[in-house]
Amino acid sequence: MKISKEEVRHVARLARLTLDEERLDAMADQIGTILEYMETLNRIDTTDVEPTRHAVSAVTTPVRADTPREHLSHDEALANAPEKDGESFLVPRVIG
Amino acid sequence: MQAYELTIAAAADSLQRGELSALELTRSVLERIEAVDARVGAYLTMDREGALAQARQADDQRAAGEATALTGIPLSIKDVICTRGLRTTCGSRLLDNFIPPYDAAVMERLRQAGAVILGKTNMDEFAMGSSTENSGFHATRNPWDLECIPGGSSGGSAAAVAADMCLGSLGSDTGGSIRQPASHCGIVGLKPTYGRVSRYGLVAFASSLDQIGPLGKTVRDCALLLNAISGHDGRDSTSAVQPVPDFTDLNSDGLKGMRVGLPVEYHAAEGLHPDVRQAVAAAVKTVEGLGAETVEISLPHTEYGVAAYYIIAPSEASSNLARYDGVRFGVRSRDHAGMIDMFRRTRSAGFGAEVQRRIILGTYALSAGYYDAYYGKASQVRTRIVEDFARAFERCDVILSPVAPSPAFAIGEKTDDPLTMYLSDVFTLCANLAGIPGISVPCGFSSAGRPIGLQIMGRHFDESRLLQTAYQFEQATDFHTRKPGL
Repeated sequence: MKISKEEVRHVARLARLTLDEERLDAMADQIGTILEYMETLNRIDTTDVEPTRHAVSAVTTPVRADTPREHLSHDEALANAPEKDGESFLVPRVIG
Repeated sequence: MQAYELTIAAAADSLQRGELSALELTRSVLERIEAVDARVGAYLTMDREGALAQARQADDQRAAGEATALTGIPLSIKDVICTRGLRTTCGSRLLDNFIPPYDAAVMERLRQAGAVILGKTNMDEFAMGSSTENSGFHATRNPWDLECIPGGSSGGSAAAVAADMCLGSLGSDTGGSIRQPASHCGIVGLKPTYGRVSRYGLVAFASSLDQIGPLGKTVRDCALLLNAISGHDGRDSTSAVQPVPDFTDLNSDGLKGMRVGLPVEYHAAEGLHPDVRQAVAAAVKTVEGLGAETVEISLPHTEYGVAAYYIIAPSEASSNLARYDGVRFGVRSRDHAGMIDMFRRTRSAGFGAEVQRRIILGTYALSAGYYDAYYGKASQVRTRIVEDFARAFERCDVILSPVAPSPAFAIGEKTDDPLTMYLSDVFTLCANLAGIPGISVPCGFSSAGRPIGLQIMGRHFDESRLLQTAYQFEQATDFHTRKPGL
């Protein structure tokens, strides 16, 4: 098996996901199969090959003047918040 | 002929001649949706009142002499594009209640042009899928065969266009999500060059691959939509500063002088359905009959595309989807023991199985100790795929291939086998890895009567040539004139 149940549990934790035991087994199976397939990439010699992050050279990073523009109002920015107090986003207590 | 059956180009003519009002046209399409969408399930959210108000406004705009080609044209929008004041879920339960406070750049442009927005179309959750079965809400059915998938992830958009439930639509394409559903639904779908269309307000899946594009009943309709949405936008840092030609500048002068590449890795692929093979071979003959010169080419790294893509796309997705933590938007899990536990419960309850699978796969591929072996390696193989296309385009102007290895498959057929589902993207995802444009145009039907699409790929920013080739092919055939019997 390409990936153990414990590894999947660890990675899920990093990604802030919780899987029950049954789903952990299925996930380890499926991810294992997929990772085995990824091994085909090792047939290609990529020594000294530059990685591609964006494939279009015409896409550069243009700069603009740093001037104030219209932006969302406070109320608009808070409109979709599950919990808010009119001023801020509310989250559960972080420090005891 | 009913008004809802019109193409954008024909409707624009009727509107301009005063034979039809935008309000009549919009009512006709809304009635069509009422009549057939219970069976197809293309839409997630309708905006009937908004659409009628926009139609009235469009009629006023025309009366004031300020009409554009899209004024009063009823369109649908894939639910991954932010629409101000109109629920945008990305097909996810986690965003069930999300109402964007702003419009995507493409929406600003469509509204400016006077288009009428009917509603938001179904999709695989966060655009992750090839069948629209991964929607957190419901599956969409193929209008040609209600037991089959419409393709994905823009399956709602493609089904809506094919079933005359809108005149055109916008979708997004990260690995084939416009072209493949267009192929399965017998319509035209275009993925523009990476950078051609602003992605401001497109909910991100894989940022180095995502691109917005049009789905339409005809090639000309896609050109009209592309005209409206293309061009530089300072709010998207990957938006290209490139001149935008008039994409509707299409002619019927034949394809003499056009060099058409036929990649052996696509045309002789194992597992290519015989009906697809036959339809594409016939399409090659048609293109040759139009005067094009065909050349056999090789894209030797094609078989590695799926592996490279399914490392890169989930890696980028795992990062992009970190924002869904139940703090600023989305459906927060109420039952929790502190903040981190709230994040976990919100994400585990809100994301569907495929999204969780890809987040875990991507997180793994980016994690310490595995980064070089997976993400690093895939990014290097991507370079080889980019080089394959660059070499091919020295010998040809466009590349012809199938879109999908088979016609639309049955609902439920591949849901338990993610790798098999991934492998069905083999012909479309290399264009995303290389950033090049690709179009799907109807080229036949299977023996079971399901549509088959022809893919045409081109050089960066050469959408005009793609559209021109697709247009000539379309004019020489009649596949686009057939309608599903709903």
